[in-house]
Amino acid sequence: MSDVPITPGLLDADFPAPSESRWLEWVATVDHKRIGILYLVTTLFFFCLGGIEALLIRVQLAWPGNSFLSPEMYNQIFTMHGTTMVFLVVVPLLLGLANYLTPLMIGASDMALPRLNAFSFWVFLFGGVLLYFSFVSGHAPSAGWFSYAPLSEKGFSTRYGLDYWALALLGIGVGTIATAINLIVTIVNLRTEGLTIRRLPLFVWMVFVNSFLIIFALPALNASLVMLLIDRQLNAHFFTQLGGGSPILWQHYFWSFGHPEVYIMVLPAFGIISEVIPVFSRKPIFGYGFVAASTVAIALLSIGVWAHHMFAVGLGHAWDYAFGASSLLIAVPTGVKVFNWIATMWGGSIRFTTSMLFAIAFLFTFTIGGLSGVTFATVPIDWQVTDSYYVVAHMHYVLFGGTLFGVMAGIYYWFPKMSGRLLSERWGAVHFWLMFIGFHLTFFIQHFLGLDGMPRRVYTYPDHPGWAMMNLTSTIGAFVIGISVLVLLTNIVVSLRGGEPAGDNPWNAWTLEWATTSPPPEHNFDAVPPVHGPRPLWDLAHPQGERA
Amino acid sequence: MHVSVFSPASPQATELLWLWNVCMWVCGFILAAVTLPILYIVVRYRRHGENEPPQIAGNKRLEIVWTIIPLALVGFLFVLSIRTARAVDHHVSREPDVVVTGHQWWWEVAYPAANAITANEIHLPVGRDMLIGIEAADVIHDFWVPRLGRKIDAIPGRRNFVWIRAEQPGDYEGACAEYCGAQHAWMRFRVVAQLPAAYDSWLTAQAAAAITPASGDAKLGQTRFGELTCANCHNIRGINKQKQYGPDLTHIASRKMLAAERLENTPGNLKNWLRQPNIIKPNCEMPDLKLSDGDLTVLTALLESLK
Repeated sequence: MSDVPITPGLLDADFPAPSESRWLEWVATVDHKRIGILYLVTTLFFFCLGGIEALLIRVQLAWPGNSFLSPEMYNQIFTMHGTTMVFLVVVPLLLGLANYLTPLMIGASDMALPRLNAFSFWVFLFGGVLLYFSFVSGHAPSAGWFSYAPLSEKGFSTRYGLDYWALALLGIGVGTIATAINLIVTIVNLRTEGLTIRRLPLFVWMVFVNSFLIIFALPALNASLVMLLIDRQLNAHFFTQLGGGSPILWQHYFWSFGHPEVYIMVLPAFGIISEVIPVFSRKPIFGYGFVAASTVAIALLSIGVWAHHMFAVGLGHAWDYAFGASSLLIAVPTGVKVFNWIATMWGGSIRFTTSMLFAIAFLFTFTIGGLSGVTFATVPIDWQVTDSYYVVAHMHYVLFGGTLFGVMAGIYYWFPKMSGRLLSERWGAVHFWLMFIGFHLTFFIQHFLGLDGMPRRVYTYPDHPGWAMMNLTSTIGAFVIGISVLVLLTNIVVSLRGGEPAGDNPWNAWTLEWATTSPPPEHNFDAVPPVHGPRPLWDLAHPQGERA
Repeated sequence: MHVSVFSPASPQATELLWLWNVCMWVCGFILAAVTLPILYIVVRYRRHGENEPPQIAGNKRLEIVWTIIPLALVGFLFVLSIRTARAVDHHVSREPDVVVTGHQWWWEVAYPAANAITANEIHLPVGRDMLIGIEAADVIHDFWVPRLGRKIDAIPGRRNFVWIRAEQPGDYEGACAEYCGAQHAWMRFRVVAQLPAAYDSWLTAQAAAAITPASGDAKLGQTRFGELTCANCHNIRGINKQKQYGPDLTHIASRKMLAAERLENTPGNLKNWLRQPNIIKPNCEMPDLKLSDGDLTVLTALLESLK
């Protein structure tokens, strides 16, 4: 790009003043930073919707026999909660961060395919609106975020909710795949001089690997959604037991997408943690090569573990052992990462910013989620605890206590770069502690609810010993989380208006995005600093020093 | 009722709990290996002054250590999981003793050898290995009695199996554990473990046809049962013979609970259930027939006579 000559007179041309219509600017933008912010704002909105749905669920379950929601409404709400959080919050939130940060971190001026980038965002937003439009059509989907056949088939879900669900996810899936392709092309082609693959920031590394995983996994979902739609609209029978179809086939297809999806939802968070922990420990990442390589190992293994969602199906012991083994194996590279993060902090000089607090909370919480994951991979334990509240606890430890805590660390870390202002650390600490305590209050006890025999996805439950108390505790915790989100929103609004100016590099960090202004200009860099190692800004500041 | 996996009542559930306990020790060890260093770091390495700490970028020996140890631990768990799986699932060597079929939202329970059929209440003799076949009539359900053993899915077009050997007489509650639609929450059931003699007499009684009521409200109820649409879905062996859609009512009065554990089976509850099934269990397949008080009385009398 740099050897393209500038059109003569371009720099002196008298451009019209920026349009009055700031809305149009945002709608028409192809700038990766604006698109990234559009993703973040949109997902924050959907996060609030999904959160409200979670609170409705917890109110209904606060005590046995509650009639706050009808069973039909409860089932729509929990389906929408899961679908929203997976497809409209966690994945696009990470894509938004990747969108904003990847070009900056590799010293590029934009993504490789800016128009495709804008298309991805708008098709995602369209999918989100379509999904919620189902409420207006009279009935939201109510077959769960996993929509097991034949419950999701026309015979048992007669209303249009499931069709909206399938079409919405199809749109979102197309957008996600396009973004993944865009990220791969960008990372392969637009790295600044000297930024070899072994010097890439780990966030970019994980985004890179993650994008391949998306390209592998999402088409499986899209294909099965089309098959489901054909079943529902054209009376085919891919997933009904009549006429040669099979309900189990849906499970294979769905989870061959669905388990890589779990790692799609967590790998970028690993990347965030791998940036935040070194900077606030004032040390390079411990074992860069191992952290990067373990990501590849996780991605490859994640393709071969899907049937661990199906141990209760009765596939036979050989299947169960094979998928149990691969699922157990995935704990090893994940453990390698955790130990490397700990070793990075060891001997460091740690600043406990809000970002770092979330990163440390991530380590602790995610480890618990990972360990309960190991119990599922130990096949016979899965036979006992699957589809109980134990699973609800496990997956929230991974996706909320893991991914979302990681994202929170990232938001406090990069908000100054995006806005030019620091988030308030005082409000940040309040937010952190409320969310941390609320989270564990809500979900830890659900492990025991599951072990005490409470199935998941029930709109109410009998008054068995302890169940009422445990559910009420969980509900109280959920409201504490709700308050913590309000604190976050307040912090964002207040800091945007009157936060402390950030400067280019408030954390004294060392990756390229901190070498430009905050917020960066539209073209990102006036000059990209030279890159001789994985920490270009550290190298600039320590010309004779150690180069880790 | 107590339904915790921590109070197993069968060798199967005991094996599962044993594996759980071992796994907890392993996980507890790893959690300690992560948490204790973090706590130490938080206290010890808080920032003091502006000096940058020594820049250490890795250590290959350490990497090998924290790769090998977890690998050994998960290998250990894998071997144990095979051992437990084999102890829980024996070879399926014969026809099932009981066939349980999941319906939206109740369980059909058949004893093929005795030609007995009931609903939402599975009687088993204690001390005997019972093979239970699990099927589904509509969507996927899942059979789970936490104190007696593993979950197993009930899948339309397919028969799964589970072995259960109840050790002590008593009632063990179970539930559908696979989301199956509006009333998934009230698709519960119970296993009643009995001494073999009591079990045998129960089975004989269940296999018998209903005794036609001779007179009174129950006799009138029998007439109304046929005239109203009850008989289109429900079977009372000896009184009517229909293709079964709803639960078999031949010996409904002998059951402890109604509507898949939703209500205790008392005359009052039964009458109330007939009056407003859609209030008690919204979206259930049992229709509200707007029965008159007279019909309610005679139908309740009929059903109460079906011991």
